[in-house]
Amino acid sequence: MNGVSAICTSGVTRDFPAGQNTITVLHGIDLEIQSGELTFLVGESGSGKTTLISIMCGILWPTKGDVQVFGTDIYDLSDTELVNFRLKNIGFIFQQYNLIPSIDAAANAAVPLIAQGMPVDQAREQAKLMLDKLNILDQADKLPNQLSGGQQQRVAIARALVHEPRLVVCDEPTAALDAKSGRRVMDLLREVGVAEDRSVIIVTHDNRIFDLADRILVLEDGRITHDGTEMPEDH
Amino acid sequence: MLWIAIRMLTGDKTKFYGLLFGIAFSTLLITQQLTIFVNLLERGASGAYNVGEAEVWVMDPVSRTTDVSYALPSTALDQVRGVPGVEWAVPHLRANASVRTKDGDLEGVAIIGVDDATLIGLPKQMIEGSTDVLSQPDSVIIDDVGAIRMFPSQSPLDERLELNDQRAVIRGMADAIPSFTSTVVLYTKYSQALRYVPGTRNRLSFVLVGTADDVDAKTLSERIENQTGLKAQTRDEFARDGVQFIIDNTGIPLNFGITVLLGFIVGVAIVGLTFSLFIRDNIRQFGALKAIGVTNRKIAQMVAVQAGMVGMIGYGLGVLGTVGFIYGFSGDPTFKGFYIPWQIPLISFAAMVIIISLTGWIALRGVMKTEPAAVFR
Repeated sequence: MNGVSAICTSGVTRDFPAGQNTITVLHGIDLEIQSGELTFLVGESGSGKTTLISIMCGILWPTKGDVQVFGTDIYDLSDTELVNFRLKNIGFIFQQYNLIPSIDAAANAAVPLIAQGMPVDQAREQAKLMLDKLNILDQADKLPNQLSGGQQQRVAIARALVHEPRLVVCDEPTAALDAKSGRRVMDLLREVGVAEDRSVIIVTHDNRIFDLADRILVLEDGRITHDGTEMPEDH
Repeated sequence: MLWIAIRMLTGDKTKFYGLLFGIAFSTLLITQQLTIFVNLLERGASGAYNVGEAEVWVMDPVSRTTDVSYALPSTALDQVRGVPGVEWAVPHLRANASVRTKDGDLEGVAIIGVDDATLIGLPKQMIEGSTDVLSQPDSVIIDDVGAIRMFPSQSPLDERLELNDQRAVIRGMADAIPSFTSTVVLYTKYSQALRYVPGTRNRLSFVLVGTADDVDAKTLSERIENQTGLKAQTRDEFARDGVQFIIDNTGIPLNFGITVLLGFIVGVAIVGLTFSLFIRDNIRQFGALKAIGVTNRKIAQMVAVQAGMVGMIGYGLGVLGTVGFIYGFSGDPTFKGFYIPWQIPLISFAAMVIIISLTGWIALRGVMKTEPAAVFR
């Protein structure tokens, strides 16, 4: 199933100022993620997984090191080029969904297309196809506050996938869901998100879904301590 | 993205209406107060503009306005008539007097004596009666605003007055622009006015002049000044001096200025606070948009569209409110002849643009400072 290199990091370090001191959150991460993989990034709070995923998807600059996404050294790009790269190549699923409350589900799902300049009506129609794939087409005209948590998440997934990005990044997608719903969401992500030329990275500490991963990376104190297809037994 | 920006704005109805209210209220306050201010100031020019025929006003050099004048000797009239370019020159008397109505009320009035032969000095329009009534004994014509003030619920016609201990009968009502103080004005013939005004050696307040065809008012006024040593001003100059006198001698510019400033501050406060709250409530959404790949420039455009939309609708409502106010009170004598000079909506538009730009910029700073990575925290 493995394909080309989706993400390649070398020597990624990230420091944060803390008063007069500096805290190093990531210590020279070297990592390669192949396309066609459903990769879990696992770790305790404060282990650096959010920082690492932010750097991998081009929204947080590393203090040191390089990051290549599908062969592009993203931090060599100008600000505008990097923003456009994200828009075309990366889909985001946030833990709190961050749907826009005043536009309906179809429009929310269509946001990346609208941002790319597609006319609203056309983008909505395309987004409806994705909502249909996610079995919530009947909710397309509803506002986010008229949807259940699971439905909102599907809209967020639709938004992440509607523009067919090559990399999908998910932050704790199952944290707010019961076990059954969580597994259903993961199945969905695998079904629509993982492909030969695509990759999905999921940040999670939900041990109920670890068995669904193709690859699990464990991060502890800013270092990758485990890289395998299953969780180590001591976790 | 602008479509999304507008939907974000209008979707939060409470804040949207709050923003509209802030801008509308601020615009209303600024436009309405400036309108009243300008119209009140212009009443300083009413004495000059009520006499449409007079192109040049001649007066004692110390005289300043129609209400603040020093009497001329009666020979001044002949002096002015002798100046080349003077088509005609007529005497004009303005004085204060006290009136006792038949009900025993006392009222301070202004008496205006107009030329006996030509009746130059009267307002152009009559509301009741005709100007001919001044040929009848003891006749006076009252101004319409003064009539409402003096006879609030009845016609003033045929009302008898005791005017400086002399008999006067109101036989007509003129359509005149009220003075700054809205004093009741009684028009009568010059010869009759001399009887009403207590005797002093000089009682001629002004000489009103019409220009010959071959000379303009400005040139003639300079010529009159040179030849007679009197002060001569064109109608517009004299009107401007009337306005300036109010500015120099009353506190209204300061009072209205404070109110306009308050309107501006209220606008900044309400709009600034509400807009900041709106942005703060949507900061995660803006952060998500930035993460997804919306450029800062597009985000700035979104905030600008939101601010611009609120500004334009709020401004429109505010100006509409002012028009409604002026229209609603147009029947009230206090606001007679009030209009909105075109410059005032422009001024309030500029104020609105400043308010919106300032608050929009402050709100935008918050959005720009938001790191896209914050959405993962």
